[in-house]
Amino acid sequence: MAHSIYDAVSTAPPAEGPEMELPPHAHSFIGKYVFCQDAKVIAIQYAITATAIGLVALALSIVMRLQLGFPDSFSLIDPSNYLQAVSMHGMIMVVYLLTALFLGGFGNYLIPLMVGARDMVFPWLNMMSFWIYLLAVLVLVASFFAPGGPTGGGWTLYPPQVVSPGTPGVGGGIILMLVSLGLFIIGFTMGGLNYVVTVLQARTRGMTLMRMPLTVWGIFMATVLALLAFPALFVAALMMLLDHTIGTSFFLPSMLNLGEQSEHSGGSPLLFQHLFWFFGHPEVYIVALPAFGIVSDLIATHARRNIFGYRMMVWAIIAIGALSFVVWAHHMYVSGMNPYFGFLFATTTLIIAVPTAIKVYNWVLTLWRGNIRLTVPMLFAIGFIFTFVNGGLTGLFLGNVTVDVPLSDTYFVVAHFHMVMAVAPIMVIFGAIYHWYPKITGRMFNETAGKIHFWMTFLGTYAIYYPMHYIGFEGVPRRYYAYGETAFISDSVQTLNAFITIAAIVVAVTQILFIFNLVWSWLYGDEADPNPWKATTLEWQTPHNPPQHGNFGPELPVVYRWPYDYSVPGAKDDFIPQNVPPEQVEMLPGYAPAAKS
Amino acid sequence: MTITLAFLALLMAAFAGWLVRQSVGVQPWIADSQIAALPPQQVSLTASPVGLAVFLAVVTSVFGLTISAYVMRMAAAPEWDFLPQPPLLWINGALLVLASLALQTAWSAARQANAQRFAQSLGFGAACTVAFIAGQVLLWRELSGAGYSMARYVGSAFFVLMGALHALHMLGGLYALLRVVLRLQRGVALPQVREAVGLCAIYWHYLLLVWAVLFTVLFVGAEPLYAWCRS
Repeated sequence: MAHSIYDAVSTAPPAEGPEMELPPHAHSFIGKYVFCQDAKVIAIQYAITATAIGLVALALSIVMRLQLGFPDSFSLIDPSNYLQAVSMHGMIMVVYLLTALFLGGFGNYLIPLMVGARDMVFPWLNMMSFWIYLLAVLVLVASFFAPGGPTGGGWTLYPPQVVSPGTPGVGGGIILMLVSLGLFIIGFTMGGLNYVVTVLQARTRGMTLMRMPLTVWGIFMATVLALLAFPALFVAALMMLLDHTIGTSFFLPSMLNLGEQSEHSGGSPLLFQHLFWFFGHPEVYIVALPAFGIVSDLIATHARRNIFGYRMMVWAIIAIGALSFVVWAHHMYVSGMNPYFGFLFATTTLIIAVPTAIKVYNWVLTLWRGNIRLTVPMLFAIGFIFTFVNGGLTGLFLGNVTVDVPLSDTYFVVAHFHMVMAVAPIMVIFGAIYHWYPKITGRMFNETAGKIHFWMTFLGTYAIYYPMHYIGFEGVPRRYYAYGETAFISDSVQTLNAFITIAAIVVAVTQILFIFNLVWSWLYGDEADPNPWKATTLEWQTPHNPPQHGNFGPELPVVYRWPYDYSVPGAKDDFIPQNVPPEQVEMLPGYAPAAKS
Repeated sequence: MTITLAFLALLMAAFAGWLVRQSVGVQPWIADSQIAALPPQQVSLTASPVGLAVFLAVVTSVFGLTISAYVMRMAAAPEWDFLPQPPLLWINGALLVLASLALQTAWSAARQANAQRFAQSLGFGAACTVAFIAGQVLLWRELSGAGYSMARYVGSAFFVLMGALHALHMLGGLYALLRVVLRLQRGVALPQVREAVGLCAIYWHYLLLVWAVLFTVLFVGAEPLYAWCRS
């Protein structure tokens, strides 16, 4: 029987549903690794696809940096290519890498294992989710080969520029981008339904809501946000597609294009901005919340301490999720909005900093007097705290209208959002990959290579983005191909830009070491202990390593405790897995097992 | 965005209320030794209805945002051409009501294991749905023929956008219904598809409600809505 608990009060009788019908385990290569309905395989498929397209975006960022660091040195990079690289880099990183990897990758792998389920509740739909995501990625890649290339209208796709003659990719590029986004959202919805319903319905006996690991809470809430926010992008993409192909006027006003009167009239470009940012700001938290959850588990495990303020952490996730829907217009302070409107959104933006700060304090307090092990995952988790606090604090600057207006569209904004939304989550992704690598592959990675990867990435990204804040303070605008002789830009900006470019190349090359470590260790690494970090959560208690089809063998585990029983006073070991009953806990002499009677 | 925000606020309030009930007074750090010994209780809901509920929330978000966009676009327009209300518009609405009623009857027949009434009502409901979708296409052609082209009239463009999204959701429902029929043809007993038919019926009722709202904002209530937007 599969078990599903509806009442979080731990003594409530468990409610049970019928055993979920697992699809038969395929034995052919195609059935096992290609058209597979097992969430673990789907997770790896998502991760590989997202990483592959993410590497394309990484290469595009190097194209940008080469031009900025050494202008006019590379004849292959022209203004159109530059703008196309900017646009595609942004969209790929935010949507096709980070969202897909956190939710499709980690969500698929971790949710069923961590809640004690055999698989996702709708396995076929889950498989389709990946294939539609892959199709979305292929359509996106096809835009690179479309006449005129991919769109160069910026990752925010603001009309009317993005569909106006003269903008790169105005032919097929933007159409393929919009179609790809539509496909991505359809695919994500299929996966998202699985993540939410699996958490609500397929938890094993004893896995009450308040015993779920924070990783699951983070992914769960991020999925709820994504399911509700992605429709805004879907609707906006559809409307822009109609504007561009059929000639409707949802977003496009009457314009003169290269001396010719356009066929559009009365459209509202601001309407697009509202729809885009109604998706765009929750998107920040769609990426951040899984990172928050994962980093909480990494810190607790590797500091051997229970997470500080678990209930507060859960409620902070919920509060951040809810508030993320009422801050979108802080991306539009310079759009000419009513000042009172700006004041309202500045206020909500500052309010959302409160639950976020609670989380940061709780991570630090979890580390306080912990038995910290500076493993590779822990290094990345600590690196995340630094980069997130840095990026978060500059967010407080930009959340205020009066500060944002002069800084808007400068490199200060680029530095801010890369710190908070690019480097911080990617730190967690790296940490999480290293943490769960022994479970996913059954092998240990090379720790020295992992530590080199961490230090090069952490220091390298600081070398990239820290000076960028100063460039922004000087008012250097972003999205420019070249600055030439500009009076207010001092000569030292060019020196800094060259430095940043070299740092970016070093960081990019370092990622080759990371990928090499993963592949080499998978082939030749030492066999991993089933629970190398001595962690408490259910994925580490599977009978096989890596877990097999159905995850837990003939019997599903029963959960007796929360996932943070580290360094329990009197316990012989410094961790007690969630599926160990109180009477089986080995205690030191003089201590009795602590259990609810 | 007020419309969408109101929906989200309601949703979040319900979610938070449910979570309060689940979390207040719970001490997660205390282990429990009784859980394995407690007798099981049957769940009140399986995964499918919960999945449908979550999906309907997504559908509401899609249409809520579309209506928000419509209202904001109206508010930005100094003048607005209202769409006419040809008889076909009302006929389409009636077809959708009939489809919804037929699905409700099919659900009831499945509960009573009345195979004949089930087949009749399911077939009638599916036929009405197909006729509704075809009717929507004809309505679009009629409006275009009368000069209300998508390119010239943004109201017409919104009708096509919302109507197409709604019709696509109806086609998805028809696919679900087809799967029920295929299961029956494979020899599955009628009571075993009761839940699936019930979910289809709920989905149809919901899409009827969505169409009623769209019908109001696009046609019968467009003038007062525009006056409100501009005020």
